Amino acid sequence: MSSTTTTATSRPALGAMQARSGAALNEAKVAIRNLDFFYADNKALKGIRLDIPDRQVTGMIGPSGCGKSTLLRVLNRMYSLYPGQRATGEVLLDGQNIISDDMDLNELRSKVGMVFQKPTPFPMTIYENIAFGVRLHEQLSKAQMDERVEWALTRAALWTEAKDRLNSSAMGMSGGQQQRLCIARTIAVRPEVILFDEPTSALDPISTLKIEELIDELKRDFTLVIVTHNMQQAARCADQVAFFYLGELIEVAPALEMFTAPKHAKTQEYITGRFG
Amino acid sequence: MSASASHPALTPVKDRAIATRLGRRRRRTDRIARTLSLVATGIGLVFLASILATLFVKGFGALNLSVFTEVTRPPGSDGGLLNAIVGSLIQVALATLVGTPIGMLVGTYLAEYARGSRFGDVVRFVSDILLSAPSILIGLFVYQLLVLPFGGFSGWAGVVALSIIIIPIVVRTTEDMLSLIPNTLREAVIGLGSPKWKMIVLVCWRSAISGIITGILLGIARIAGETAPLLFTSLGNNAWSTDLSQPMPSLPITIYSYAGSPFQDWIELAWAGALLITLAVLLLNIAARSLLRGGK
Repeated sequence: MSSTTTTATSRPALGAMQARSGAALNEAKVAIRNLDFFYADNKALKGIRLDIPDRQVTGMIGPSGCGKSTLLRVLNRMYSLYPGQRATGEVLLDGQNIISDDMDLNELRSKVGMVFQKPTPFPMTIYENIAFGVRLHEQLSKAQMDERVEWALTRAALWTEAKDRLNSSAMGMSGGQQQRLCIARTIAVRPEVILFDEPTSALDPISTLKIEELIDELKRDFTLVIVTHNMQQAARCADQVAFFYLGELIEVAPALEMFTAPKHAKTQEYITGRFG
Repeated sequence: MSASASHPALTPVKDRAIATRLGRRRRRTDRIARTLSLVATGIGLVFLASILATLFVKGFGALNLSVFTEVTRPPGSDGGLLNAIVGSLIQVALATLVGTPIGMLVGTYLAEYARGSRFGDVVRFVSDILLSAPSILIGLFVYQLLVLPFGGFSGWAGVVALSIIIIPIVVRTTEDMLSLIPNTLREAVIGLGSPKWKMIVLVCWRSAISGIITGILLGIARIAGETAPLLFTSLGNNAWSTDLSQPMPSLPITIYSYAGSPFQDWIELAWAGALLITLAVLLLNIAARSLLRGGK
């Protein structure tokens, strides 16, 4: 029985999970309560209740259309860009309900950053890509900005590759470098939570590995949420895993428990690759 | 045996005969279509080439230094086109200065704020109609709006007419170029906590700028050759004039009136003017193309 459930996870992933399994989940940075989400009349999330632990990685898995990306886009109110999309219930970031109408969206997004599936460098220099977000929220001197750019690029494991070409266009970088630039750009704003929407699905295995190492590194300072289609990735990176199906949260558990002893039949079917 | 029965598509001899026949017919159809296309292309090219050849031969023959240094004069007294060239430059430049910001803002509104909205659809529809409206109608419109009430033909009226022509061109290209930007780029900017106007000005416009400038250059090329809207607005002027409240000369109007005159030296000047406009439009098109290619 246990042999069928572990087939979804490779050996090193299992080791990583076991290494993490000693640590309990931290207290919630984000608490989601009774969350419903609608695309016009279509209900895409149904009564979600989920705690996202502080400075740990929450992985969200499930088949396409299950609502995991929708939930991610609730956490920084990205959905508010589009008329007809709305959420009801509570999403509490440090106790503040971010889906209420009087939430300052620009301030929220400075606290909750996002990295997308495809790298999205801005059509400007590497330096400007990072300074852009910082300037939206802070007024720094040139020296302070230089320092911030170096800090962000270093944290994103890009400094050694980028330091000699800070003033060349970001469009000339490789896909993996562009994605790390997007991560650097996000952390430069110094958010508290970072959302990753399938951050490696457009990247080669080496770049994927680098991003995953980075995620492991970043959770010391940031609360991370990662949506992924890749079960091994969830096993390698996440402390807590949430499984979604048809707009419902089926199961949430520490990663080791989720991948070795899932409670629900649906979860087991999904992580062993029987559907989705 | 049983295998060929269960896979009828794989039975050999008979199907090959059909295939050969079909193939022959397709090749014949292909030959006919290709011949027709070539003939049609040939007809188009013959006319274009003969227009250009005539223009270049007669235009270059009439071109000399005094075309650029002398103003238009009565027949037989060695005039040039200086006032018409300068008048055209002034009116086209001002019309571009007026029309470009309006066109860019309308195009931006359509692409960034009015997607899927009823009002946006109406604006887009009206702008597209304006894009294909006969330019003489625009001339008449400005004639009623500015020339009659304010006591006469003027350079300003010409500028307004040309602006109205360039606006929908800039609207169209601005909207098209902004629509090419993937939504994830917008979300990435918004995701950093940027207000929408900063997203548009600092990222979207910057991404689309080479395409937008291309549209503006093509718009300038279009209004530089417009005659009809100027007939009812700036009218034309045979003297040197940079006063926009007075009737103002321009190349297309000068060509129009000189080419139809009985005087040989005027007709030659008309050829020279036509060549100048054509070369200017050609240069603008080349610039627009190379810009679009360099921007990618």
